Amino acid sequence: MHTTFQGYRRENGRVGVRNHVIVLPVDDLSNAAAEAVANNIKGAMAIPHPYGRLQFGADLDLHFRTLIGTGANPNVAAVVVIGIEDQWTQKVVDGIAATGKPVAGFGIELHGDHDTIMRASKAAREFVQWASERQRETCPITDLWVSTKCGESDTTSGCGANPTVGNAFDKLYDAGCTLVFGETSEITGGEKLLESRCRTPEVWKQFMFMFDRYQDMINRHKTSDLSDSQPTKGNIAGGLTTIEEKALGNIQKIGKRCVIDGVLDKAEAPAGPGLWFMDSSSAAAEMVTLCAASGYVVHFFPTGQGNVIGNPILPVIKICANPRTVRTMSEHVDVDTSGLLQRQITMDQAGDKLLDMMFRTANGRLTAAEALGHREFVLTRLYESA
Amino acid sequence: MIHCVLHDPRDSVAVVVVEGVAAGMTLTGLILDEDRTITLDCRQDIPIGHKVALKDMAVGDTVFKYGVDIGKVVKPIARGEHAHVHNIKTKRW
Repeated sequence: MHTTFQGYRRENGRVGVRNHVIVLPVDDLSNAAAEAVANNIKGAMAIPHPYGRLQFGADLDLHFRTLIGTGANPNVAAVVVIGIEDQWTQKVVDGIAATGKPVAGFGIELHGDHDTIMRASKAAREFVQWASERQRETCPITDLWVSTKCGESDTTSGCGANPTVGNAFDKLYDAGCTLVFGETSEITGGEKLLESRCRTPEVWKQFMFMFDRYQDMINRHKTSDLSDSQPTKGNIAGGLTTIEEKALGNIQKIGKRCVIDGVLDKAEAPAGPGLWFMDSSSAAAEMVTLCAASGYVVHFFPTGQGNVIGNPILPVIKICANPRTVRTMSEHVDVDTSGLLQRQITMDQAGDKLLDMMFRTANGRLTAAEALGHREFVLTRLYESA
Repeated sequence: MIHCVLHDPRDSVAVVVVEGVAAGMTLTGLILDEDRTITLDCRQDIPIGHKVALKDMAVGDTVFKYGVDIGKVVKPIARGEHAHVHNIKTKRW
């Protein structure tokens, strides 16, 4: 395995593998201005979303943590923030500015869209030209933060694509990387297996607190079968029968050796290297958005039936072992490991194939999702707005 | 050709990994954890990704995959038959 990659070292020492300049709306009302700025300035990318008004308490905290984390992610060189009001706009600006990267904020009230778009476009132009002169440099693999989450899983996920990620995670863990997995509801049926994987009894206790909290939420709102939501219709079409079966496939992603060193709340940044569990939804775009907000810079996304997800700032590498999906949806697949199921390649070779693609992606190769323009940015909500 | 794979020799179901598996075929199954194969007679058409039963199971029996409990039998299943949501259900929720 390689021990270095070519990345962008940011002001705070973190290393990114992309060099985005983003235009980040604080709220739904600011999407139009953000998209106008991105339309004016080539190389600036708007990240529209539907929330940010009248949220409160833990839900509002998560909103800010996700936006600030997104802007602070080292795949982002500089940020233009636009909000309807100055105060919440400034809160996001200050959070991102703590990384030392260039960031400018604009409130729409008392200015209107035209004036805001003009001023924000000037800042975006300066940022894009500044970012275009940042250079990649050789960085140790320990600077690489890698997240994983699977989607549109089927039974081939559990015996092919997910253990491929697990094999790669074991190797990255040994190399000292910072890793994360999550999908709290998709541990159901396999939670006891994680006890022996936790570093300490305290980590296991923290994990079970988050697991039970999620189960309580499901039990408050559930129908008899979660309205066919878990497993999904796609999972069932792909042959997955129960949540326990799906969960056992999910857990294959953390390999056989790596140890869960700690537990993160949604969009929380890890305190050091190792494998982290992040409490999260199992919905693909929500989870990947949270991974990006936590600071991860490359994502492993194994799929069975063929999930097409991407993310605006996090390159999403798709791994698939289902020969039918590889045939019918080849434009979405970065790493084909279907040979595993015919004994044409070993699990070790499959893991190495994924790691090879990880280095190529980190060094600049566009993933299938990036080339296809998939930029799903989905904020997790905890409850209704006020 | 490998027609189906199972994780653990104790598993009661295996995953069909090729298209076109049909009633009457003799299937070769790969036990992933042991890298050895078994054979079984298929009694129903089974789509890729879906499971074939490796033994006769009665209502209430626990279904094993990865060597672990993945749910309960809700309609009798014979060896070689299609095992899915019509005859297996979660023990949760």
